[in-house]
Amino acid sequence: MQPDGTREAPAAAALASVGQSLPHDSAIRHVSGSAVYVDDIREPAGTLHVVPGWARDATRGRIVSLDLDPVRAHPGVVAVIGPADIPGKNDVSPALGDEPMFAEEEILFWGQPLFAVVATTREAARHAARKARIEVEDLPPLLTVEDALAADETVLPDYQFRKGSPETGLATASHLMEGSLRIGGQEHFYLEGQVSLAVPGEDGDMFVHTSSQHPSETQHIIARVLAVPDAAVTVEVRRMGGGFGGKESQANHWAAIAAIAARATGRPCKLRLDRDDDMIMTGKRHDFRVDWKLGHDAEGLLRVVDMRLFARCGYSADLSLGVVDRSMFHADSSYYYPDAMIHSRRLKTHTCSNTAFRGFGGPQGMLAAERMMDALAIRLGVDPLDLRKRNFYREGRDVTPYGMKVEEHATLHAIVDQLEESSDYRRRRQEIASFNASSPILKKGLALTPVKFGISFTLKHLNQAGALVHLYTDGSIHLNHGGTEMGQGLFQKVAQIVAEEFGVTLDKVKITATHTGKVPNTGPTAASSGTDLNGMAAKIAAETIRNRLVAFAAERYQVPPDAISFADNSVQLGERSMTLGELAREAHLARIQLSAAGFYATPNITWDRPSASGRPFFYFAYGAACSEVTVDTMTGEMRVDRVDILHDVGRSLNPAIDIGQIEGGFVQGMGWLTTEELVWDDRGRLRTHAPSTYKIPTASDVPEDFRVTLYASAGNPSPTVYRSKAVGEPPVMLAISVFSAIYDALASLNPGTIPDLDAPATPEAILHAVLSMKRSRAG
Amino acid sequence: MSDTAQSFPTRVDISLTVNGEPVDARVDVSRHLVDFLRLDLGLTGAHAGCEHGVCGACTLQVDGEIVRGCLMLAAQLDGAEVWTVEGLTETGALADLQAAFVERNALQCGFCTPGMLFAAADILAQGGQPSRVAIREHISGNYCRCTGYEAVVDAIETVAGARARGEEVSA
Ligand code: FES
Ligand code: FES
Repeated sequence: MQPDGTREAPAAAALASVGQSLPHDSAIRHVSGSAVYVDDIREPAGTLHVVPGWARDATRGRIVSLDLDPVRAHPGVVAVIGPADIPGKNDVSPALGDEPMFAEEEILFWGQPLFAVVATTREAARHAARKARIEVEDLPPLLTVEDALAADETVLPDYQFRKGSPETGLATASHLMEGSLRIGGQEHFYLEGQVSLAVPGEDGDMFVHTSSQHPSETQHIIARVLAVPDAAVTVEVRRMGGGFGGKESQANHWAAIAAIAARATGRPCKLRLDRDDDMIMTGKRHDFRVDWKLGHDAEGLLRVVDMRLFARCGYSADLSLGVVDRSMFHADSSYYYPDAMIHSRRLKTHTCSNTAFRGFGGPQGMLAAERMMDALAIRLGVDPLDLRKRNFYREGRDVTPYGMKVEEHATLHAIVDQLEESSDYRRRRQEIASFNASSPILKKGLALTPVKFGISFTLKHLNQAGALVHLYTDGSIHLNHGGTEMGQGLFQKVAQIVAEEFGVTLDKVKITATHTGKVPNTGPTAASSGTDLNGMAAKIAAETIRNRLVAFAAERYQVPPDAISFADNSVQLGERSMTLGELAREAHLARIQLSAAGFYATPNITWDRPSASGRPFFYFAYGAACSEVTVDTMTGEMRVDRVDILHDVGRSLNPAIDIGQIEGGFVQGMGWLTTEELVWDDRGRLRTHAPSTYKIPTASDVPEDFRVTLYASAGNPSPTVYRSKAVGEPPVMLAISVFSAIYDALASLNPGTIPDLDAPATPEAILHAVLSMKRSRAG
Repeated sequence: MSDTAQSFPTRVDISLTVNGEPVDARVDVSRHLVDFLRLDLGLTGAHAGCEHGVCGACTLQVDGEIVRGCLMLAAQLDGAEVWTVEGLTETGALADLQAAFVERNALQCGFCTPGMLFAAADILAQGGQPSRVAIREHISGNYCRCTGYEAVVDAIETVAGARARGEEVSA
């Protein structure tokens, strides 16, 4: 790779499948109700149902006694399982051994499972689970960032990036500014809740259907709790009804309980969490407090940034190492910090263990950086977009706080310039100013914010993937890889890639469920990297078979290899043409292997966490959004009037799917920053544990006028599969423009005063900010 | 069942039609419609999302009205006419709408889709060309966590237009 950012992707060859706007692989099945989710699998005879039990009055405390006799006595109950029924380790954590399947001595959060009921029906199990008599000696819980800071409790050590000399920067900057922002978490609210069906086999085997983004980890954890070799456990995932990070590690616990129940009873066991239990027990997007300090010059050019990120991780580490690292990696957003201190603390609280959520910490870091920009622009009385552009990465000002060079800053500039133009930003800025001048109650706000999102897992070893491709003698192709389908369109994109390699139409490629027995030791489908990794692995597998066919046919038909081509469902061998099936049959008779495993490891990533040096990302994905909102200053209500998005997916593998990811990601991000509020009471009980109290966006909340365009890219300069770019997570952060636009509307109430608004900007939070703006004007 | 319920029947007999087929069943009085369809009849197109009556994943049609399968009890269905996505797929009643959903990519994980189709069919049944605002309003009781709704609204709008003009929507 050239380090100078001037690389050009090779010109696009004519492609048949890749680049087409094909529907989701299961679209027909989705609309006809025939797509099979885990809960739709016809239950084997004798299937039992499992429901976890917990102490409804305890947040943190010592378990004094646990009487399960009333549970056992409930009609329909077949077994009650607890720690003693676990043959292996009572631990379902991804790595650190800090998440018991069932709490044994101490309860660490409201909702922590203590046992599970296995009954003939789910109803019976649910009723029985509430009958346990549990005595707990309460201990004072740590609930907030401040509680944890005061107690100095963390789940993992602190970590920081230092660039240059932040101390000198702060001491010598001509102007200083500081602030603090609270950022709320987010419930995933995948429409399909957590669900697993475990079927015991012979010789201690266990087969588990689950809704997991990380089947390999689910397999390993089940093997750990069952005390059997990994090889005795097989995990299969055909599709999920949404994941968004909430089934990366959070699916393991339920799959493991189902497996233990199946082992204990010798019968198939299904565990589908009740929605309230799901919302109470599973982790969410991390909430943060971010304290920031910056030094700048008279023009608003940043001299130094000192950012302290306090993440509320909950009772265990889970994925908080990587999540908070990613917040740090995005604490620069798109801006150059000459000197920087990015510091993070992973705070331990007695709440559910926060986890992956689309963006994986990145959105929180970026939001803090964008808040700094907005606040500084208000202070200086300049247009926030001008201030943003002034501080963008550019030639010579292109090194991030973690030492990686931003090579593709020209893409960032082009996207923002084009969007500024196409969204008519400057004219609307004028219009909004005059609207606000003549509108005492309703105030409009406008913001154009950038996205630069690093692509690759920052845990280096996860950047690998495997695929398995078979060509059958009728010319049909079996495709399998380690990525999971959660709605994002991964399976179709990878199938398009394989169809392209064989020159066949998509109907010749059979997409199959992710299966730990076919492709082992995979990473999670996460970090937006599903297609980058699995697409490449599948391409390599397909190429291997194709190359074997070419070598065989060249010899058999005495044509030069370069005269052999695969296109339009046929193989051209010089003058002769035959179907792929015919060639496969001939090759088979000649004893040529028609199956291949492909393996891919992302090149060029060298990140070394202990020394905080090296290159964490293969490349960046870019985008920008311009949002206009109207705020009612009497009620705090807010409406998003118009959103323009320009987003970079490199050379798109499937524009329809990519646009869907952008639209959906944006709306999900908008929910996070506006209506979705998680509320814990002072006893640490989550009060918003049902959709009646936790409000995700509905169709009437989305922007009236929503314009999404793919950036006309010449292709990813980094050698990704067909020069595409990852698209899963980056669009979430486009929604920061909505939050900034609300801030802009608030700022109009009292120019020069910095509004006091935390995320999410619920009507209540907006009203609070309005009142404090009015007070400051009066005062 | 609690002890106080002893004097009440715990199971009732119902006779109804499901997707045009007659069904006679003895159901637990607490059996929800969505569970009756999924577990007793093996019709899994209606999904259990929240089981709170909020998300709409279980939406289907009873006597021509759209209902929440997780709120209605099977015991209420004696004499009813129930249609699920499987049935309407077979009759072709939703064909243009389904084609438009596929065409516009109005689904990702697909979990909300069967319910969403019923909400969409319901507003289309009112005829004419509803505004986008009216479409949004009408489907706002059906959650979709994936698509951001834009594609869903587009698909419904397209079908409304085509039906108003008496055209077929091609897949
Ligand atoms: S499952 Fe019935 S409304 Fe959610
Ligand atoms: S497509 Fe996933 S919830 Fe709608």
